[in-house]
Amino acid sequence: MTNLSADQRDALGVVLARVVCSLLCCGLLGCGPQGVVFHAVETPDRLSDWGVVEVAGGALRPAEGVLAYELNTALFSDYAHKLRTVWVPEGASASADADGRVLFPVGSILSKTFYYSKASAGDSFEEGVLQAKWEPSAPLDLADPSLSLAEVHLVETRLLVRREFGWDTLPYVWNEKQTEATLQRIGAERRIALADSEVGEFLYIVPDSNQCSGCHVTDMATDRPRPIGPQLKHLNRTVATASGDREQLALWVERGILEPVDASTAPRAARAFSPDVPIEERARAYLDINCGHCHSATGPADTSGLFLDSEIVDTRRLGFCKPPIAAGRGSGNRLVSIHPGQPSESIMPFRMNSVDPGIAMPELGRSTVHAEGVALIRDWIESLDGDCQPALGATAGR
Amino acid sequence: MKTANLRGLTVLLLGLSFVSCTAELTPEQIADNLRESLISAQPGDVIDIPEGVFAFSRSLSLTADGVTIRGAGMDKTVLTFKDQAQGAEGLLVSASDFTVEDLAVEDTKGDAIKVNEGTNIVFRNVRTEWTNGPDTKNGSYGLYPVQTENVLIDGCVAIGASDAGIYVGQSRNVIVRNSRAEYNVAGIEIENTVGADVYDNVAVNNTGGILVFNMPDLPQEGHSTRVFRNEIRENNTANFAPEGTAVASVLAGSGVVITANDKVEIFENTFEANQTAHVVIASNYSTNYSERETVEGYDPFPEEIFLYGNEYSGGGDAPAMPELEAARTALFGEDGRLPAILWDGFANPEKSKDGELLDEFGICSSDEVEVFNADAPNGFAGPRVSAARSCEHTKLAPIALASDLTL
Repeated sequence: MTNLSADQRDALGVVLARVVCSLLCCGLLGCGPQGVVFHAVETPDRLSDWGVVEVAGGALRPAEGVLAYELNTALFSDYAHKLRTVWVPEGASASADADGRVLFPVGSILSKTFYYSKASAGDSFEEGVLQAKWEPSAPLDLADPSLSLAEVHLVETRLLVRREFGWDTLPYVWNEKQTEATLQRIGAERRIALADSEVGEFLYIVPDSNQCSGCHVTDMATDRPRPIGPQLKHLNRTVATASGDREQLALWVERGILEPVDASTAPRAARAFSPDVPIEERARAYLDINCGHCHSATGPADTSGLFLDSEIVDTRRLGFCKPPIAAGRGSGNRLVSIHPGQPSESIMPFRMNSVDPGIAMPELGRSTVHAEGVALIRDWIESLDGDCQPALGATAGR
Repeated sequence: MKTANLRGLTVLLLGLSFVSCTAELTPEQIADNLRESLISAQPGDVIDIPEGVFAFSRSLSLTADGVTIRGAGMDKTVLTFKDQAQGAEGLLVSASDFTVEDLAVEDTKGDAIKVNEGTNIVFRNVRTEWTNGPDTKNGSYGLYPVQTENVLIDGCVAIGASDAGIYVGQSRNVIVRNSRAEYNVAGIEIENTVGADVYDNVAVNNTGGILVFNMPDLPQEGHSTRVFRNEIRENNTANFAPEGTAVASVLAGSGVVITANDKVEIFENTFEANQTAHVVIASNYSTNYSERETVEGYDPFPEEIFLYGNEYSGGGDAPAMPELEAARTALFGEDGRLPAILWDGFANPEKSKDGELLDEFGICSSDEVEVFNADAPNGFAGPRVSAARSCEHTKLAPIALASDLTL
């Protein structure tokens, strides 16, 4: 044993615990939770070795001590549903900084499982293409956050693991039998068809580890990935629990995940698809979570001079009457990012409405058009007053 | 010395390991291995790619500093993205101390190689190409360092970009040399960059050969670019940029185009048969951006342009703009030529007198050429020709890069 690293000992411990468990209890009670294992250095090939989510009894569910959570508005990912979980090590907790960013302690593990509802109860695949349902909202109930594998098909689980040096980005891809997900640092491709929708068949792409950084390095100066969703503004909402609706931030505090915060003064992002919210707030919330991680003053897309995070108040920065810098084909023969009142003359919805890699925005994470997102941004631009003036009077120019 | 030796050893070991394995590997495996190597890369790594053609459906990316990617030659190691389904680049690098050399990236849907933020960036003997020739559907940029510092582009070839073949944006301290750009909309473009030397290149058959631009809405305004000893000829390819982009308004037949940039020194170049003008000097108002509001604080005027020691032949005989063509025949006759230098005529009123820029800000040239003022501010009503002003600007200092970049 002395030759084993701490990590290897951990792994061995898990294996032993499994063997003992399967001998003693599996036959009688079903396998109980093994608990979360933080691997400080080595990265196991199997998702199950982290113990964050578990397949048991025909369902996937968060392990004991792992909390599922939801965001006010989520990133669009080819209509996939997502089960998000958070876990922080015993005795440690995350804290929020002045910007409402949640700072997690070393050993924390965030997971996001991407899944679709099966189109029918039978075989999920036809000639290698996953047959899935198009559903505008997830079937998941946080009061009982388990996914019945008779009803859904798991595609991938992405882990963000807070190691000593910073966050590590780890994509795990589920096997066809849905018994295990394995580490695929180089990403993967899956053919998926969404029945009874305009989406049809598309190539679902699991990003490679470096591409994870393409979105998650939100500050190029630090050059390290960090979580995007778990910020106070996105978490600040009510969620269903087994004991009724609760404020999510209070729940995190109660569970010891987060140091106490005052939810009443914490920022709250809008729900982009909640009809009773003003369209401006809905559009800005959508742009913030879908674009703002790159398009900010510190993000990789600062080269464009277009900033779409929720902090921005200068409308020119936000794209109003702003010409593109290096959009190339992405300009689509339109002059400005946002032409108030004229969505068809605006670059932004044009790029959102494309799946051509040389045009599409966001650049990563989708192979399909989010029609509802495009409609939202178009409606918002339509609602805007004002116009864009040429730099010179009509007589001058080219 | 120790570091250097270790690096050498790493190179040797990695090289050996690749050679010893590649015999049995399929191109698909080599492609997967490359992606894997980029993901697990550590500072000091040299990732060797053997000779062959390797296809990718998804972007490659690199985030680790201090990595070299090396092929077996720009015509031997080809990364092709013809069937690319994902990613706005072929290779996206966000890292410092990065070198890519001796390989080609072909037919990406977006940009070929983009380096976003980083210092000490070297492209050496790299080819980026859209193999179907000029086409609006081609990707935008070939070699594309942006927000970088200490950049060397040496011995590269860029062909067929629907925007710029070699595009240096928002950077500092840059050298582009010994490279060849052809059949792009813009051959070589230096944009919002402070301190660039562009020399010993060939820009041929582009829409515009070499561009020095300043765009609005960016944190850094560019200045101080030297363009010298280049061969800039026959840049007459019809503009095939997507409309709405800044380069869509570059006139076919432009040798060098300076737009809204200051302190540009153009010397000892050979200009030949650029059919609009060998040198076009324009304000932002003469681009298609004039249709858009300019942002506060942005300087739309080109100033302190200095030309000397250039050789000019032919050109100016078929300007790609009706107003200029009308002026050519009216002023110079059916077989006449526009002068070597074309200026749109927009001058900052605070820096000019009677519509002419004061010498300290103006276009100075000891070349025996004429300047054609298109009178664009008055709708081309009174175009006129004058001798280039023989004033001088202070010469710019050469760009210096650390010696380990220029080896």
